[in-house]
Amino acid sequence: MTQQFSILEREDFQKLIDVLSADGYQVIGPTLGEGAVIYDELTSIEQMPIGWTDIQEGGKYRLERRDDDALFGFNTSPQSWKRFLHPPSVRLWQAHRTDEGFELQHEPIEAPRMAFLGVRSCDLHAIAIQDKVFMNGDYLDPTYKSRREKIFVVAVNCGQAGGTCFCSSMNTGPKAEGGFDLALTEIVESRQHYFVVEVGSEKGQEVLHQLPHRPAKDSEVKAADNLLKKVSKQMGRILDTEQMQDILYRNYENARWDSVAQRCLSCANCTMVCPTCFCTTIQDVTDLSGSHAERVRRWDSCFTMDFSYIHGGSIRYSQKSRYRQWMTHKLATWFDQFGTAGCVGCGRCITWCPVGIDLTEEMAAIRESEGAAPKPGRKPASAKP
Amino acid sequence: MLEQELVFEPTVAEPMLPEVFRIQRVKHESYDTFTLILEPSNGRESFPFKAGQFNMLYVYGVGEVPISISGDPNQPEMLVHTTRAVGTVTKAMSELKRGDVIGIRGPFGSSWPIQEAEHHDVVFVAGGIGLAPLRPALYEIIARREKYGRIVLLYGTRSPDDILYHDELEQWRARFDLEVYVTVDYADKSWRGNVGVVTNLIPKAPFDPQHTVALVCGPEVMMRFTAIEFLKRGVSPTSLYLTMERNMKCAIGFCGHCQLGGYFICKDGPVFTYEQMQTLLSLWEV
Amino acid sequence: MQSLDVILREQKIFEGLREEDHKLIAGCAFNTHFEANQYIFREGENADTFYIIRYGTVGLELRNPKGGIITVQTLREGDVLGWSWLFEPYRWTYDAHAISMVRAVALDGRCLRTKCDHDHTLGYELMRRFAHIMVERLQATRMQVLDLYA
Repeated sequence: MTQQFSILEREDFQKLIDVLSADGYQVIGPTLGEGAVIYDELTSIEQMPIGWTDIQEGGKYRLERRDDDALFGFNTSPQSWKRFLHPPSVRLWQAHRTDEGFELQHEPIEAPRMAFLGVRSCDLHAIAIQDKVFMNGDYLDPTYKSRREKIFVVAVNCGQAGGTCFCSSMNTGPKAEGGFDLALTEIVESRQHYFVVEVGSEKGQEVLHQLPHRPAKDSEVKAADNLLKKVSKQMGRILDTEQMQDILYRNYENARWDSVAQRCLSCANCTMVCPTCFCTTIQDVTDLSGSHAERVRRWDSCFTMDFSYIHGGSIRYSQKSRYRQWMTHKLATWFDQFGTAGCVGCGRCITWCPVGIDLTEEMAAIRESEGAAPKPGRKPASAKP
Repeated sequence: MLEQELVFEPTVAEPMLPEVFRIQRVKHESYDTFTLILEPSNGRESFPFKAGQFNMLYVYGVGEVPISISGDPNQPEMLVHTTRAVGTVTKAMSELKRGDVIGIRGPFGSSWPIQEAEHHDVVFVAGGIGLAPLRPALYEIIARREKYGRIVLLYGTRSPDDILYHDELEQWRARFDLEVYVTVDYADKSWRGNVGVVTNLIPKAPFDPQHTVALVCGPEVMMRFTAIEFLKRGVSPTSLYLTMERNMKCAIGFCGHCQLGGYFICKDGPVFTYEQMQTLLSLWEV
Repeated sequence: MQSLDVILREQKIFEGLREEDHKLIAGCAFNTHFEANQYIFREGENADTFYIIRYGTVGLELRNPKGGIITVQTLREGDVLGWSWLFEPYRWTYDAHAISMVRAVALDGRCLRTKCDHDHTLGYELMRRFAHIMVERLQATRMQVLDLYA
């Protein structure tokens, strides 16, 4: 696709919501709720966090007023788009007792047409990672697939980096490079407020056609580029990914795991806010009479004791082993499984950790513990059949 | 990194929806183990599977657990599972009777190296209930006896009362072309057989280490020590196969529970080579 | 029939010893056999002999304080039975029970240990080899304690 950029003026932004709604999409975008920017159904631009930003640090999240009226002047939401594609709770089937035993009843899949408004580059990568989990193997997850196929993605390039962001380290941002229908860069200047629009698909082109727009001037495109260059240097965190996998594989027994375990509460917040964490559990439920049973799939976390329970006890009974599992999965074994890291550098796990545990810091500590000359070490599970 | 094009080729439309099977027979193997012989109840005529694969078994209103298939792959009209009543679901399962129904999803996972083992000596090492997942491989290999060298079964279990598939073991032991050794940890005077852990049997078992494929199934600690004995005799880590067990909720690689290092036991396993597992088995709580 | 000397040279426990040691060992050895159910030795008895099993099964038994007898291990062809002859107070610490008819080579431990006291090269070699057997048996016992098949 040629680098054809268009301009959507701020005063026409409502029309984007209107056009998507008219096309039959449920428009989901940022709004204020519960003291944070969350994602919910939008019908009006007035619902958006106009002029708000967030201050994020390890274990800290605060909303603050901006000195402008930016629509997307904040960073990551504690929620990610995961909840819309991989819902926290899904009923898989129902069963009824019969004279013959029981019969199973297939559950219709609920998959509304959704337009995601304001997907950041890190989250686009997170969606691509979950695509690999749920749609690239021998089995497909019907819920994920049917929702995923219908979405319309309006990406937003980040105009600022948050205090816990490190997408530059992960090569996942701040600029959206693909996986969107439309991508916007919001430019707020003293006298103008507009969006530089990039089209990423035919669907995106069709939507753009229905909006008031004009070709972007070179200066406007340049303004967007400069902004993104600035943002990539603003990252609140850095993660050195060099040989990260090997380092973790030879440090299963590192003392750092013990010290992080003393702080970790096993609260599972990091896994709930993580846009790539995909683990679920199954709940089999019956009514009191036993005539009706159903199975529900819910988000689960590797930080719980139950997660690894087999007869006789939990495999990962210590806090240390559970933190190690999570971080090693994100930064090492994920490569073996899906050919990519399981981390997109969004920083949510750092912000939302009640004790401010920071995986970039933990990774750096383990790296440093090896000293300058890396030890030759073992490398489990790297060679798959 | 972003995948623009995604290919959708589902192998199972609804991988989480069980099929209903009817219990044709329940056989009590020992005081806490039992075998369910199941038949499809929905028009399906057979249940093809490979030796080493497992199913998810659902007891109505109680829950679902992974259990290896322990029947004969050449008799797919019957589905056979042997298990021990240890948890909520398996205890409820042990109370089911002929005519009751059960939900089945599967078969899942990798299988024993039946073809790869051709023209080799084959040594089976089973610990406790670990004989159940090995039995389909025994059936397959015995059915094509001429394709293999020596066939040795080393079976260790806690006590003579815990011995699984008693009659079948006696039949196999009576054959001139199979060598069967059973050993128990504890016995009273009525037991005339071997006492001691199963690993004791490996140093003297009759097989040619350079041309042997070993199939091992039992608790992890037993498999670890068994592997050490095979390596001492010179069997290659790539000829040594193990079957692993972890918590499983979905069996199709989505729930994440069965991860072991970079592997999902449900889809990369449950059968692995020792080479794949060697390091992971030496680590705690992985 | 093979001579005792040849049979003993083939045993793993004596592999690689000096020629003079083989001769000495053969001089201390004699063939023996036990009927099924016979006790080869009993706990507490003097341990002046040890055996290399050539045929049959021997159960190592302990008397259970709660009554009855527990077999802790069985030994078979090629296994060495007994090491108490090498260590003070030279008394057996368990019962050895011939589960089937057993044929074995018996070795005079008293003769050998006297020789070992004077010839430390032989003493070291035998001590090393018996220590190896003891380590293996200890390891096997530990695994039984683990309840390996639970």
